[in-house]
Amino acid sequence: MATIKDHARHYVRTEMLPEQAPPAGEVGMRKWLWDNVFSSMTNFSTIGAAISSILMIVLTLAVIALFWWVIVVLYKFGWQDAIWSGTDGSFCRPEDNKGKVPIGTDIGACWPFITNRIGQFMNGFYPEAERWRIYLTYIIGAPLIAGLLMPSVPRKGLNAILLFVAFPIVATILLSGGGIEIAGSTWIFWAVVFAICLAVLFGIQMATGAKGLLMSGGKVVLMAAIAIFAILFALSFDFGLPFVETSKWGGLMLTLVIGLTGIVVSLPLGIVLALGRRSQMPAVRLASTIFIEVWRGVPLITVLFMSSVMLPLFFAEGVSFDKLIRALIVVALFSSAYMAEVVRGGLQAIPKGQYEGSQALGLSYWQTTFLITMPQALKLVIPGIVNTFIGLFKDTTLVSIIGLYDFLGILDSALQDTNWLAPTNQMTGFLFMAVVYWVFCFSMSRYSMYTENRLHTGHKR
Amino acid sequence: MTTISDEPSSKVSFWYDPKVRSIISQLILVGLIAWGLYALVTNTIHNLERLNIASGFKFLSTEAGFTLIQSWIPYDKSATYLRAFMVGLINTFYVAIVGIFLATILGFLVGIARLSKSWIISRVATVYVEVLRNIPLLLQIIIWYKILLLLSPDKRGSISILGIGEMNVTGLWTSKFIAHDGFWVTGIAIGIALVLAWKVSRWAHKRQDATGQQFPSFWAGLGIVIGLPLLVFFATGSPGVIESPEFVSEGPMLRRGFKTGVGFVFIPEFLALLFALVLYTATFIAEIVRAGILAVDHGQTEAAGALGLRRGTILRQVVIPQAMRVIIPPLTSQYLNLTKNSSLAMAIGYPDVMGAGGIVLNQSGQAVEMIIMIMVVYLTFSLVTSVFMNWYNAKMSMVER
Repeated sequence: MATIKDHARHYVRTEMLPEQAPPAGEVGMRKWLWDNVFSSMTNFSTIGAAISSILMIVLTLAVIALFWWVIVVLYKFGWQDAIWSGTDGSFCRPEDNKGKVPIGTDIGACWPFITNRIGQFMNGFYPEAERWRIYLTYIIGAPLIAGLLMPSVPRKGLNAILLFVAFPIVATILLSGGGIEIAGSTWIFWAVVFAICLAVLFGIQMATGAKGLLMSGGKVVLMAAIAIFAILFALSFDFGLPFVETSKWGGLMLTLVIGLTGIVVSLPLGIVLALGRRSQMPAVRLASTIFIEVWRGVPLITVLFMSSVMLPLFFAEGVSFDKLIRALIVVALFSSAYMAEVVRGGLQAIPKGQYEGSQALGLSYWQTTFLITMPQALKLVIPGIVNTFIGLFKDTTLVSIIGLYDFLGILDSALQDTNWLAPTNQMTGFLFMAVVYWVFCFSMSRYSMYTENRLHTGHKR
Repeated sequence: MTTISDEPSSKVSFWYDPKVRSIISQLILVGLIAWGLYALVTNTIHNLERLNIASGFKFLSTEAGFTLIQSWIPYDKSATYLRAFMVGLINTFYVAIVGIFLATILGFLVGIARLSKSWIISRVATVYVEVLRNIPLLLQIIIWYKILLLLSPDKRGSISILGIGEMNVTGLWTSKFIAHDGFWVTGIAIGIALVLAWKVSRWAHKRQDATGQQFPSFWAGLGIVIGLPLLVFFATGSPGVIESPEFVSEGPMLRRGFKTGVGFVFIPEFLALLFALVLYTATFIAEIVRAGILAVDHGQTEAAGALGLRRGTILRQVVIPQAMRVIIPPLTSQYLNLTKNSSLAMAIGYPDVMGAGGIVLNQSGQAVEMIIMIMVVYLTFSLVTSVFMNWYNAKMSMVER
């Protein structure tokens, strides 16, 4: 041992050499550029490799040129040649057209056209004195949505009830002004429905001797009755807010109303339909499947058309809904069909052991569904739900075709203003719309990716 | 849950028997649906009577009285509503088929580009995908339409679009091939050439499986498909001419411009719709392709590399065939989406089935019938698609081990 140690002492260094800098080509910018840009276009060792290198060079240059061209066009239009202030259209018109822009100057985006009527783009023809109601609705809704989306915020159940039940009612009252006239027949209809329910329960209990049926079933019926009558009462109560008819709603606010109504209705309805499609009962399964496939099989524009020309024919004489409500109905039904498929995907991903386990514990179908499988399935499909919502949000633009003034439709009415005639208004409007829609949809898609990553822990390569 | 013992238990009440419950609830549902449908139908019939609208499809044989800006079958004002609807149907097929073809090519290119080792190419592809798929399609269609109209010269002028044709606000004018008598021989030759090329490729595959010898079946097939019809065409005495669009630049001002009926024209509505549909759908296809390629285990690429295959060969022969199994089902639904989205054409006045149907609807007032006809068209598309998907899934699952 000792001899080896002595021997080793002669050639083993006792201290480390100072670290040398890596070769210049192996660090920093040069290395990065070499690895990520040039490596695929500098191999000329064989004919095949040379051809693909040359192709890569050409492709890269073409892509850069195209990208650069798009950037330059957008920069020139939206910034360099843009007009930033003005009080009417003449600020954006060339001189030979009675405008204030010198002849020969390129005219870019006419931003004052947007900034001067930003209120209209946001709120449509909603009376200016009443616009605080829209903003108040945003202020109430935003924290509810944020709370539901952020994983760290507790009390998701309460939050969901507030957002999906209480908020729509509050928003309806705030936006329309409440005091909606509800016909006496509506009250009577619901009273009769609940009375029939109770009578049926009572009859069954009498006939079969199923004890406690009236008690437990009655509780559910009573709660539903209280909820329905409370909603009817709240909607019909006059809060002293002036009524704003839906034909005055417009702009981004209308887009949000349609989008949110779609999601608020389609989620519960989609859950019901998804359960229906997976049901053991053939009639239920068939009905749900047909409903889902028919709505998914046709484009939204056809059903919107249906809402405007066919829906009025479906109802008894004297019953009429306004255009917006008809559009809301079909948008909600349309998106429920898509939502049902998303939820069904989630339910299919739940392992069978979960069903078997809860059955072994003696839970009923509804207990299994709402305590065991559905919560897991919904958590799994959050990205899918968000993606459906992105699609829905983009599809709301279609209502402009049937004459509603949503965010896209309001541009048409703004362009009619003779005070603001200018050559680039339309393109400016398009650019503005595209940016706003993009910001909304892109942030939602980022959120969906974030949840996807959060849920996929430990499966990454 | 109700009984554990095998013998039928009389203690369980009638109401708690799951079978009885299921039958009752189904009966209630069926009853409700039937009642709803009955109310719907009676209300509709009543309302139609009240509004003096005759129901039925007799109106389809009425004279339409309007023109359509694009039609593939003879159509004029005196044609029937049914013919107008057929024109729309063909126009939907036309834009859908061309759109699907181009969107697939662009989508695959962009999807592969997103996975490229080159930072520039993958980033530009990412930016393209993220920007275009987050802007509503309707907005994109309208923007393309306006840009096209803004950039094109007016009716009396034209600019040349390199290699394709010439363009002004009336559309993009290109040459068209006019077949003369006797062209049918060439048509048959095309068919034979396709079958022959397919046979050659089958034979080459079999030989390679058996002996390992390769055969350039792609080039051979291409040669057959191009060469044989050309040969036949010239052998039969060139029955056909290429007709170029005629641009009149002299004479009275009102007569200047492209001569109608000479050459082939892509109308600007079609071009804008096609651009928007292709660029928008390609972003989704790109994502599907990317996901499909990423779904192929990396070991496959590494193993193929270890066997000495080139990068291109690995992609073509190893990765893509396996990725296709993941790609094709969502790809089919994107094709269906593109077809359904083409109905947005009515926003810019392209006469597709929705646009032409909408005009018929407005003119005749037969809302119920027209909406049903339009819906049946789209439902048929989606039915065919889902039949294909089921067939494909069944075929694929058989291949699986």
